[in-house]
This record gives sequence, structure tokens and C-alpha cells, in this order.
Amino acid sequence: MLSEPTAADAPFGDALVEAAVVREDLVVLSADLSKYTDLVPFLEQFPSRFFQIGMAEANMMGIAGGLAKTGVRPVAVTYGVFATRRSYDQVAMALATGPTASTIVAFLPGITTPFRATHQAIDDLALMRALPGMTVIDPLDATELRAAFLGTLDSDGPVYLRGLRGRVDRLLDPAGYEFRVGRVLPLRSGGNEVGVVGTGIGTAWALEAAQALADAGLDVGVLHVPTIKPLDVDSVAEWCCRRSAIVTIENHSIVGGLGSAVAEVLAEHGAGTRLRRLGVPDRWADAGSVPHIRGRLGLDADALAKAIAAEADR
Amino acid sequence: MSAGTTHVATDISLQERALRIRRTVLEMCRGRGQGYAGQGLALADLMACLWFGVMRREDDGTFRDRFVLSTGHSAIALFAVLRELGIYELDELRGYGSDGSRIEESPLEGTPGFEITGGSLGQGLSQAVGMALGARLRNRDARVFCLVSDGELQEGQVWEAAMSASHHRLGTLTVLVDNNGIQADGATSAVMGVEPVVDKFESFGFDAEVIDPHDHAQLLGALRSHGYAPRALVLPTIPGRGVPSFESHHKVHYIRAPDDVWKAAQAELETAARA
Repeated sequence: MLSEPTAADAPFGDALVEAAVVREDLVVLSADLSKYTDLVPFLEQFPSRFFQIGMAEANMMGIAGGLAKTGVRPVAVTYGVFATRRSYDQVAMALATGPTASTIVAFLPGITTPFRATHQAIDDLALMRALPGMTVIDPLDATELRAAFLGTLDSDGPVYLRGLRGRVDRLLDPAGYEFRVGRVLPLRSGGNEVGVVGTGIGTAWALEAAQALADAGLDVGVLHVPTIKPLDVDSVAEWCCRRSAIVTIENHSIVGGLGSAVAEVLAEHGAGTRLRRLGVPDRWADAGSVPHIRGRLGLDADALAKAIAAEADR
Repeated sequence: MSAGTTHVATDISLQERALRIRRTVLEMCRGRGQGYAGQGLALADLMACLWFGVMRREDDGTFRDRFVLSTGHSAIALFAVLRELGIYELDELRGYGSDGSRIEESPLEGTPGFEITGGSLGQGLSQAVGMALGARLRNRDARVFCLVSDGELQEGQVWEAAMSASHHRLGTLTVLVDNNGIQADGATSAVMGVEPVVDKFESFGFDAEVIDPHDHAQLLGALRSHGYAPRALVLPTIPGRGVPSFESHHKVHYIRAPDDVWKAAQAELETAARA
């Protein structure tokens, strides 16, 4: 499943065009961020199906709901902070109560932006996870972003998909990779002491740490959970309960996202498995490059490896 | 409206239709002794003219033109229209606001006849804009009418939506402003003044005017008219219209009263209608 690491340019933009060629009902909305969310190829090829809404995300979500009622499939694209905090009630009312067949693609997930709280979507998974009927996906790489976008375009309800823009790492082999909502991917088997559960690029960080630990003689399993909701509760529980301790790693606050979802699973299964949640601590993250912020938050490979090893030693 | 419709009598005058809507509004509130009767009565003339004199249908009876209820609390008026269209029976409508009834005071999308989830105020106009854009994209000759309230204009999203409607030149879109002067905390002018509403919509690129919401000839002329720019009809409705004692009711935003009050209101409505 894992391939030699490469990268892809603007995988979402390519996937969007690929879908639009075969689906005449696909329309795209942007709130003044088309150039920054890889939409240019689409709007150049399908100008009549592109709706520029200006800097008004709440309005954009409502318009998406109205468009859907004319039989088209709206794809509303913006940054995660604006798709959630800025327009939460609109997403809930216009897209989730129907429910409305629609897709929100939300860029700059977590710390993948040099700006701080204004642009870092560290709470979007928590917010979207709380909405009834919302599908919430945090893809690992270019392969999964494309597959998850294309693979959910026939959903009956709303889909919240975190986007990765520009040059995006590719870790999963696109040959044979099929996205299915809820499916979890065991990427490393590992031993029974400690296992790592990741989502989004947090799984890439987990793999870095697991490799560092393997080099040092500790074999750690890694489970990738791209779909935060609906969560495959049984598979997550089965994988986690075989281990003495679980560490979750996510590009998101440790409050309300993957770590919380796994905690709920473990508790409700009466597993008693020890859990450590790693991600953005419950404070506003630093500014800067992703490596810099990871270092500041204890999310670089070395720090993660130490935290995981500490769980194995307990 | 996508809900299928049964045969609708077309030989009923709009005056009679408005009276029937008002009767249904009172019957609905009488069931539990409370509800948004003031709004339902106030909107009866508009709803009668719009649904039975303006909105166009397809050959199969479904509506080509669409009605978007942003001010969800005025659902009572739409329920009364839907009774006229054969979607609901009076017996069920009497359960208005009751536990377990689908006749909610502010329904969600999916309730037959309700295109959107209104009631989280300020949001409906955006969906109406989306419907107008979608109709144009799909080459459908469909107009979209969106009912908002004056208090609702305090929500910023209304103006985001208005800006986008004129930017995208949605001449098929008509905003109906129930400018009744009241909102939850009191008079709109005291809570947060929204006037001049016509000037505001005009400055946002709308063709806007004040229309007497109880004059059917004016309503029909204004509702049928549309052009290049989106339209805003500002309707200074009289809450409780048709029931004199309700028109002067001090808590007309939401009326809760014993059964004899509702019974008297029904009698007043009939007397006023004959006058």
C-alpha cells in the first residue's frame, strides 16, 4: 500500500477536472481563494460551472445548499477555518439538515500554514464531527486526497474533506488504492506493546516516528484512519485492543478530533487500553513553517518517537 | 416546490383564498392555544397572491417557481397555503407545535412543502440565490421568491446574499421583506433599526419598492414584475391583519391565549371579511 515517497502537483485541482469532465452536474464555489486552493484549471475549463462568491463563506455555504436543490453537486472550497468556525451554522442548516449531497473541501488543515490562529484549522474536525450526518475525512497524501474526493462524489449527504494544496507528498501507491468511507488502513503491523493511530498528515508523522523507532529496535504498528466520521468503530477497537497502549497523532487539536474519537471507542468498548493523544496541544499553535511548528509542539519525528517509546516502557 | 399537488380549485378568488388561509391560521393556533398567528394573518394576502396568482406551475401541477421561507417562524402561513394545495389536512394542521407533530412552528427542510431549513434567521436568501444560479445554469425558466423579515435584516448574511444576487444579476430573484416592525424583543426600530430598507436594497443593486401587502392589485403587479436586477418588495404588513383585536394585541409576535380568545378571533375574522 505504501510506495516510495514522491509528490504530486495540485492533486485536488487535477481530481476536480477529472470529475468535472464526466459529471456535468458538478459545480464549484469559491470565496475569493480560487488561486490558493488549486481551482484555476477547473475554472478555466468550466467557467460556467464556477461560482465566485467573494469573501463571504457563510453566504457560500447557503448558496451551495440552494444550488444542490436544482440538481447539481456543489463543491464548496475554502480554508478550513472559514468552512467551519466562520460558517458553522450555515453548514449545519444549509447542508447538514437536509441532508444535502455536497462536498466541502477545506484547505490549510492544522498547522499547514505559516499564519497562526487566523488560518490554522486546528478545530475543524471536532466541529464537523459534531454535526449529524456529516462525513469527515482527513487524507494522508495526494493519492488519498484524490481518491477520497472522487470516491465521495455520490454521497447522499455532506462531506467535509481536508484539502492539501500545491506540491503534495505521495505515500500511498495509487495503483490499487481505493477509498471507501470509514475504511481504516493498517500501514505497519508492529508489536503488541504500543500502536499508533493517525489521521491526515499526522499519519505521515507517525510513520516517520515509527521508522525512527524501528531503526532503534522498537517495532510499532501504525493504523491510518482517514475517515474520522463515520468511524469504523469495530476495526479501530479491534486493532487497538490488541495493544497495551495507543498513541494518536493528528494535525489537529487533541480536543475533539481523532484522539477524542479513539478515546470514545476505547472507553465504550471497556478496553482499558492506555491512550495518549498527540497533536496540537490545547493552546493556539505557533507561526512558521510546518517543521518549525512541529518542533515547537513536540510533533517532530524525534519528539514523537520519544513519546511513543515512553508509552511502550510504562 | 417539489411536493406533488392534488387538484387545486382555480375558481376561488384571491380574496377568498386569503380568507381561507387566515381561517386555517386561526384553527392551527387554536389547537394548542398559541402560535405565530400575527405573522400568519399578516402574510395571508401575500401568500394568496403569490401562490395562486403569480407562481407558475409545470404541466404535472408541481411548481416551476420556487418559494423559500427564510423566516421559519412564519411557517404557519406556508402550512395554510399547503392546505389549500392539498398537501395537509386541517386535522393534522391543528397539531401545530404539538409534541410528535410534523407541523412544527419552525420546520426543517424535508417537511413537505419546505424547501429549506429556515428559522436560523438570516440564511434563507443565500439558498434562494443558489437556486436562482442553479436554475440559470440549467436553463430553467424559474423564478425564486424568498420571504425574509425586517428583524432578520440585522443578520449580516442577508447582505452578503444581497450583494451576490446583484453581482450575479439574478433578475429571477425576488426578496419579500415582511416589514412588520416587530421582533422578539420588541419594536424593530427600538431593538435595532433597519430602515431605510428600500434604500439599503437599492444600494445593493436591487430594484426595490414598498408595496401595500394587503392590496391584492398592488401585490399582483409587483410580484409579476421582474427584470434585469433582483427585486426587493418591502411589505409593511399589519400583524394580526383581519382580526381587529389581534391587530392591536400587545404580544402579537407570538400569541398565547385561552380558547375563548381564539374563538372570538374566528368570529371577528368572519365579521371583518363580510364588512
